[in-house]
Amino acid sequence: MNSIFKIIELFKAFLLEIGELSYFAGRFFKEAFRHPTEFKEFLRQCFYMGNRSLLLVAVTGFIIGLVFTLQSRPTLQEFGAVSWMPSMVSISLIREIGPIITALICAGRIGSGIGAELGSMRVTEQIDAMEVSGTNPFKYLVVTRILATTFMLPILVFFGDAIAIFGSYLVENIKGNVSFLLYYNQVFDALEFSDLIPATIKTFFFGFAIGLVGCFKGYYCEKGTAGVGLAANSAVVFTSMLLFIIDFIAVFVTDIFYDM
Amino acid sequence: MNTSIPNQNPIIEIKDLKKSYGNNHVLDGFNMVLNEGENLVIMGKSGSGKSVMIKCLIGLEEHDSGTVVIMGNDISKLDHSALDDLRTEVGFLFQGSALYDSMTVRENLEFPLRRHKKKFGKIKDTTPLVMEALENVGLAHTINLMPEELSGGMKRRIALARTLILQPKIILYDEPTTGLDPITAKEILLLMMSIQKKYNTSAIIITHDVDCARVISNRMILLVDGINYIEGTFEELSVSTDPKVQAFFK
Repeated sequence: MNSIFKIIELFKAFLLEIGELSYFAGRFFKEAFRHPTEFKEFLRQCFYMGNRSLLLVAVTGFIIGLVFTLQSRPTLQEFGAVSWMPSMVSISLIREIGPIITALICAGRIGSGIGAELGSMRVTEQIDAMEVSGTNPFKYLVVTRILATTFMLPILVFFGDAIAIFGSYLVENIKGNVSFLLYYNQVFDALEFSDLIPATIKTFFFGFAIGLVGCFKGYYCEKGTAGVGLAANSAVVFTSMLLFIIDFIAVFVTDIFYDM
Repeated sequence: MNTSIPNQNPIIEIKDLKKSYGNNHVLDGFNMVLNEGENLVIMGKSGSGKSVMIKCLIGLEEHDSGTVVIMGNDISKLDHSALDDLRTEVGFLFQGSALYDSMTVRENLEFPLRRHKKKFGKIKDTTPLVMEALENVGLAHTINLMPEELSGGMKRRIALARTLILQPKIILYDEPTTGLDPITAKEILLLMMSIQKKYNTSAIIITHDVDCARVISNRMILLVDGINYIEGTFEELSVSTDPKVQAFFK
């Protein structure tokens, strides 16, 4: 009986969190279109977030490309279908693996960073100081960061995909002596706009989710250093969960469009 | 001791201010008047509601009932933009300095200027204003340093410079000497007094420090259980026989 009550309480807390997050998102849309714009800070955040994640995305993308090709090659070879490798790699990377892996990396790197940064600003009263100096801290800190993650994630995903395909090419070149031109020709031949567009659209949502949850957790951080740690940690956990939910919805919606 | 006699023109009036968090009634009908040119010290135990009161005063916390009137403006009736404009007249020195740690000292001081074109017009070069504020606190050489390169006392002085850059008429000090060694605390006190003399500001100072209260106050309020328990000059309160008052002066 006790555990049932516990589950109900947990579910209630979860719904409350979703409600507060929705209110936070609503406030974001309200403030985002209100004058004055914080364009300079937005650009600074874009540079900072892109720059901060570039190396990690590149290394991860490269390794994923290598491993994915190395693991799939023997099976394809068994069926005499090695020539399908570029198309298989490109479609699976562009449609699914690239966006979700890059988003998860950025949730860990950027989302936790935002949670910790805003959390420590809240704890040390820097957000209050901004407010008493007449600056809207929500607009300056939250809106700029959410917009930056929303616009930077698709770019990082493109970059990660390109590096992953290059990693895959290296394996094919070493094992199968395939030229760069031939490999990339086959990669692009296999791709259609219907692969690229839904995958790109969902990365905007991934970016939005990373920024939104990171800012939400940091902005309402509980007092104390433990609160900052919790904000950073829960930003990653909550965002990761949200990314899979968004991914599922995106795939589901895309599937409906394909059927039509 | 501060012997200058302030005007009797109220610049801040608080009437019957109430603020609760659940069943915890932090402010339970607090009243206060700050006159022009006056240094009003508010003392009270930890958790007595001093910081909540000062945050309600500047609009960082919404009060449940009562009125807060600053320079003739009831803050609960102001929209966000009008409140921001009024905030240029009220400086706030936070207990922990609250310097923006991702910005240099110069950027920390320039930050409040960006939103107040109405008061200052469009400022092409902020350097003279920044330098003046830094010279007021004797730290012009720190202009390009980051907050983590400064000591606690220096941070407090830079925070004071950031408060001064908007040329406020009122300054709210939240425990300005807490956490500082006696020499640095004395320096901060002298700085606060020189600023008041130079700019003729009014101030509310929240403190536990009796020495600070003795040096700087024109008048004092003792906040107990969310109400102004007793009010008077430092001399009047220091000779009070009330045990709650005496607890602070022993």
